[in-house]
Amino acid sequence: MAVIIKDDLCIGCGSCEGTCPFGVIEMKDDKAVINVGCTSCGACVESCPVEAIINIAEEVVLVGDKNSYKNVFVYIELYEGKPRNVGLELLGQGRMLADKMNQKLAAVIIGDKVADLAKEAFAFGADTVYLVEAPELKNFSTDGYAMAFEDLIQTYKPSVILYGATKDGRDLGPRIACRVRTGLTADCTGLGIDEETGLVAWTRPAFGGNIMATILCPEHRPQMGTVRPSVFKKPVPDYTKTGEIINVASKAKAEDIRTKLIDIIKIAGSSVNLHEAKIIVSGGRGMGKPENFALVQALADVLGASVGSSRAAVDAGWMPYPHQVGQTGKTVGPTIYFACGISGAIQHLAGMSSSEVIIAINNDPEAPIFGVANYGIVGDVLEVLPVLTEELKIALKK
Amino acid sequence: MEIIVCIKQVPDSASVKIDPETNTLMRQGVPAIVNPFDMHALEAALQLKEIHGGTITVVTMGPPQATEALRECVALGADKGVLVSDRAFGGSDTLATSYTLASAVRKLGKYDLIICGMQAIDGDTAQVGPSMAEQLEIAQLTFVSKVEINGDTVTVQREQDECYEVVEAKLPLLMTVVRSINDPRFPNVKGIMKAKKAKFDEFGLADLDVDETRLGLKGSPTKVSKIFSPPKRSDTVVIKKDTAKEAVAELITRLKDAKIV
Ligand SMILES: Cc1cc2nc3c(=O)[nH]c(=O)nc-3n(C[C@H](O)[C@H](O)[C@H](O)COP(=O)(O)OP(=O)(O)OC[C@H]3O[C@@H](n4cnc5c(N)ncnc54)[C@H](O)[C@@H]3O)c2cc1C
Ligand SMILES: Cc1cc2nc3c(=O)[nH]c(=O)nc-3n(C[C@H](O)[C@H](O)[C@H](O)COP(=O)(O)OP(=O)(O)OC[C@H]3O[C@@H](n4cnc5c(N)ncnc54)[C@H](O)[C@@H]3O)c2cc1C
Repeated sequence: MAVIIKDDLCIGCGSCEGTCPFGVIEMKDDKAVINVGCTSCGACVESCPVEAIINIAEEVVLVGDKNSYKNVFVYIELYEGKPRNVGLELLGQGRMLADKMNQKLAAVIIGDKVADLAKEAFAFGADTVYLVEAPELKNFSTDGYAMAFEDLIQTYKPSVILYGATKDGRDLGPRIACRVRTGLTADCTGLGIDEETGLVAWTRPAFGGNIMATILCPEHRPQMGTVRPSVFKKPVPDYTKTGEIINVASKAKAEDIRTKLIDIIKIAGSSVNLHEAKIIVSGGRGMGKPENFALVQALADVLGASVGSSRAAVDAGWMPYPHQVGQTGKTVGPTIYFACGISGAIQHLAGMSSSEVIIAINNDPEAPIFGVANYGIVGDVLEVLPVLTEELKIALKK
Repeated sequence: MEIIVCIKQVPDSASVKIDPETNTLMRQGVPAIVNPFDMHALEAALQLKEIHGGTITVVTMGPPQATEALRECVALGADKGVLVSDRAFGGSDTLATSYTLASAVRKLGKYDLIICGMQAIDGDTAQVGPSMAEQLEIAQLTFVSKVEINGDTVTVQREQDECYEVVEAKLPLLMTVVRSINDPRFPNVKGIMKAKKAKFDEFGLADLDVDETRLGLKGSPTKVSKIFSPPKRSDTVVIKKDTAKEAVAELITRLKDAKIV
């Protein structure tokens, strides 16, 4: 859709000027003009007393024959030689999309000596595995991996590609999308098929989680998106399943790869892998001081949980950054998430609202965290936590 | 060293909401700010300039009022600012945005380093940086939390989910930065005075060497088909008791009932 102003109808009344959420409507020579920055949201359309503002379906530039593109590809990102969870989660979603479109599901595995991992991909639902192996591809590099995908797309013409919205996925995805000139929806939390068009409907948060948007890629192929980790469940693996392995020769030469991985620095505390954690106990500014995080740790110890944190606690230096949950930290999806002295700012919710059960402790009954929590205790976290830890210790012993 | 910093003017996203009736964005007096991550990009550029000399050019694509964002950057020490603005650029997704920005950067001539923020807090895609690097056919280093340049070798720390990577590449390249890379400075009086008088170059459609079918809505493969408010929960069990002991007892009973413990 595109929003346009019909010059011949516009009476220059200015009613629309203030309705634009992006402030891109301007009065010029007694006519309203829409400037760069218009997102076609349509907020201005209703405001026009003479119906000079209309939403039109714009002409599109067709690229290639979109119907020649078939099958759903899922990128299986590796970390230390193992598939990251998000790739396996996406095989579940890819299966759902492929079935609805009556197409096949393929996993893409890139690396050096990684053929072993194909059986994982089959177990989690792939019909086919595309394997791109080369010594140059041992470590992730934007250049090497983008070349591999470019080649796969041109040769095998998938209709859909899903990537994890990890650091590397968000590095690689736009590079590939730009190279093959297609659309890429960022950091999706919902996937489906649009009933009317049969296109993939990509749903994602924007404006820091204040709004959700559903995005389509009507005329370009492949339709691509990065998908947030921990939002979807991994399918139950079935290791009796097999499929076809297609070995694809890598075209990347050492000199094509312009970046070089020199070292990997592990950070203290980063052994707590929040992405994988079943239970997370997080603390925020409401913990009052760094020493009080011992109470958070104590509850985590009793539950075998990992410790998370709000950005306020990280900024205050109470917790190291790898523990930060939220829009600019980690997205997590544990079975149980405890939010202790965390207000529930939208950027924090962005990282944990897909947890199965959320339990909040906060002394402010109006705190927004209670808007997403399943259970909330209104009270002083410093009093509640020790009691909760003791009582849960007893409850779990039984 | 010639450094280009890409900045975006954004609504302060914390106060953006959806009108429940019309399902459109409400802005009502939401202030426009420079995307916070881009302030870190500018600060990184300023620090590199302090060591290596050179000039810093800030580039923004947006409506005419985005010059205010450029002004803010000049107050902090940027040397020049360019506004990329034309109706033809309206409705761009990240592919069309990066195509337009890359064309503007090409027009500026020689550069060594382009710095972007990790992401803009309105669109939140983090795609414009890498996509621009591809348009310009240069290397990219994303999520950078530390940078050092020796000759034409750039060494960065890249933030990963469970570690930092030390990665090296040669100039020219594009990098995107995270918050922890630095603490942006505040403007001083001299800077503010300079910014007041600053004039900015403006690039419109006619100034750029571009394929018009790749611009704006027409050049954007992704289409926003609908926007809506995130779903709210209505079944929260709120426990309020006189003592912590009572509250915890109630919580545990409820968790047991729901078979959570
Ligand atoms: C671009 C951007 C990105 C961001 N990214 C993130 C992110 O990734 N993650 C993140 O967490 N934040 C992020 N933020 C910050 C976010 O907006 C909030 O500022 C932050 O989450 C607040 O942390 P908090 O809840 O710990 O602190 P506060 O908001 O200060 O909340 C403290 C809470 O503790 C309660 N409290 C105080 N004392 C007690 C007590 N004794 N007992 C019980 N309760 C008590 C208070 O009622 C309050 O609700 C981001 C912000 C921006 C602008
Ligand atoms: C609700 C909604 C959802 C959207 N979802 C998508 C989507 O999934 N995929 C998609 O392709 N487009 C999407 N768009 C369009 C996208 O927001 C615009 O293309 C926007 O201009 C750039 O994306 P961004 O704000 O996410 O920037 P990001 O890519 O997050 O910005 C990263 C960095 O690039 C630089 N930069 C970005 N924009 C500019 C600019 N205008 N001028 C100078 N520097 C800049 C800054 O340094 C910034 O820190 C969406 C738009 C809306 C309204």
